[in-house]
Amino acid sequence: MREELLSIIEKNSRIDIKELAIILGTNEETVLNELQKCQEEGIICGYHTMINWDKIDVEKVSALIEVRVTPQRGEGFDKIAERIYKYPEVNAVYLISGGYDLLVSLEGKTLREVSFFVSDKLSTLETVISTSTHFILKKYKDHGTVLEKKQEDLREKVSL
Amino acid sequence: MRNFVSDTVAPIKPSGIRKFFDIVSEMKDAISLGVGEPDFDTPWHIRDEGIYSLEKGRTFYTSNAGLMPLREEICNYMKRSQGLTYHPKEEVLITVGGSEAIDIGLRAVLNPGDEVLIPQPSYVSYEPCTILAGGKPVIIDLKAENEFRLTAQELEDACTEKTKVLILPFPNNPTGAIMEKKDLEAIAKVIEKHDLLVMSDEIYGELTYKEKHISIASLPGMKERTILINGFSKAYAMTGWRLGYACGPKEVIAQMTKIHQFAIMCAPTTSQYAAVEALKNGDDDVAHMKEAYNQRRRFLLHRFKEMGLPCFEPFGAFYVFPCIKEFGMSSDEFATKLLMEEKVAVVPGTAFGDSGEGFLRISYAYSLDNLRIALDRIDAFIKRLREEKGKN
Repeated sequence: MREELLSIIEKNSRIDIKELAIILGTNEETVLNELQKCQEEGIICGYHTMINWDKIDVEKVSALIEVRVTPQRGEGFDKIAERIYKYPEVNAVYLISGGYDLLVSLEGKTLREVSFFVSDKLSTLETVISTSTHFILKKYKDHGTVLEKKQEDLREKVSL
Repeated sequence: MRNFVSDTVAPIKPSGIRKFFDIVSEMKDAISLGVGEPDFDTPWHIRDEGIYSLEKGRTFYTSNAGLMPLREEICNYMKRSQGLTYHPKEEVLITVGGSEAIDIGLRAVLNPGDEVLIPQPSYVSYEPCTILAGGKPVIIDLKAENEFRLTAQELEDACTEKTKVLILPFPNNPTGAIMEKKDLEAIAKVIEKHDLLVMSDEIYGELTYKEKHISIASLPGMKERTILINGFSKAYAMTGWRLGYACGPKEVIAQMTKIHQFAIMCAPTTSQYAAVEALKNGDDDVAHMKEAYNQRRRFLLHRFKEMGLPCFEPFGAFYVFPCIKEFGMSSDEFATKLLMEEKVAVVPGTAFGDSGEGFLRISYAYSLDNLRIALDRIDAFIKRLREEKGKN
């Protein structure tokens, strides 16, 4: 049940607990217990809202930064990753296989702010060898959700 | 001028309840729970394979019986899902939807006057296809108290020396009923006793919510006397691709292939390439869709229980079949009134045979958000009906 529960609330964290219990074929108490356990075990890490910021008049700039670093003895990439993810403007940090080491997702108010972060904060870290910044021009799909298109029911109204 | 219309075809009623359908289609803002096809899009990797086949210029006929790689994949699927061994060369035919397989299957086996047993409520094409093939439809009215399963007694009672074919439409549209192993074993004895051929329509076979679907063909002695019909429409959300298939004894498949060759030539090539991908890599998609259907099924059953509408628990397809007899209206009247007053479209049970009277087919091939709104309206409607009834 845990997997099914998680995949439902991953898509809709606001679903009513009573309804959640019904569609999972169980009772509210079991669902609440399971949610509690998942939170305690750090499986559920938060309940966020997906927002298409392009639709409102707030300046926001997102960038993906490829970072090459020198891993440190005994600590590998973890320590440098931590130094980077502690910045609040950093959205996500992933250790990546292939041509570079860390992928940093960043959000800032302006281009200048993001550039400043890269040149002043990120590049100056001792273990950082190089960075390559990509600004995001448009988000088509995020977290498994297509942002622009409204799904329309194209089926005939009644079929047997 | 002469009347050019055939005396056989003219008396056949058009499918469903025409008048009701016309009203629904005119009502633009109605919420419909009346659809008999998945709400999911065909999974992208399957569509992509179809597009790729077009890009590669695979725009020609395939062999009459269908692409060999597809027939082989179907045999693999039959092996892994039912433990059935079919020979791709002689025992499989790719058709234009399961519907074509029903039609040509009956045409391939019926002699004039042969009786075909059709359990109802069930899909609308068995009866007219039997008539068009020169056979005589004999209806078995399934009962709510048996959860609309076919019992051995019902089958026995309907058999005569003219009976040749039994249509076995499970998991069932419109009731959502299934036949479990014990149910199948019980009727298998009667089938053997009367030496019947079974046409098992398993188009909803992937969509069961109890145990895995079991094909009657997998029971001892049954494969030799079963035309197993399946397709891609329901399991892979591929209704518009029009692709189905029949597996069966080679003598019957050979005759079906002959009709198919002259009437159709071959099933759509693009669809066949896409279907290979569906069978190879589509298991996860089916599992995901099934999980969603099951959630909605539980939601609907719960709501009907709350409303106090009798409804047996359906374990197959994507329909529930609640009973509305308490309101003293025909299914058609109820559905029309519900549509007019609450703008919710459901299908009257009578669209699937007289034994559907007093029931509604409610499809859950809709998002939970959609179902919630529709069910709230049905709830309000029912409360109003009961109040009015209380006053009189």
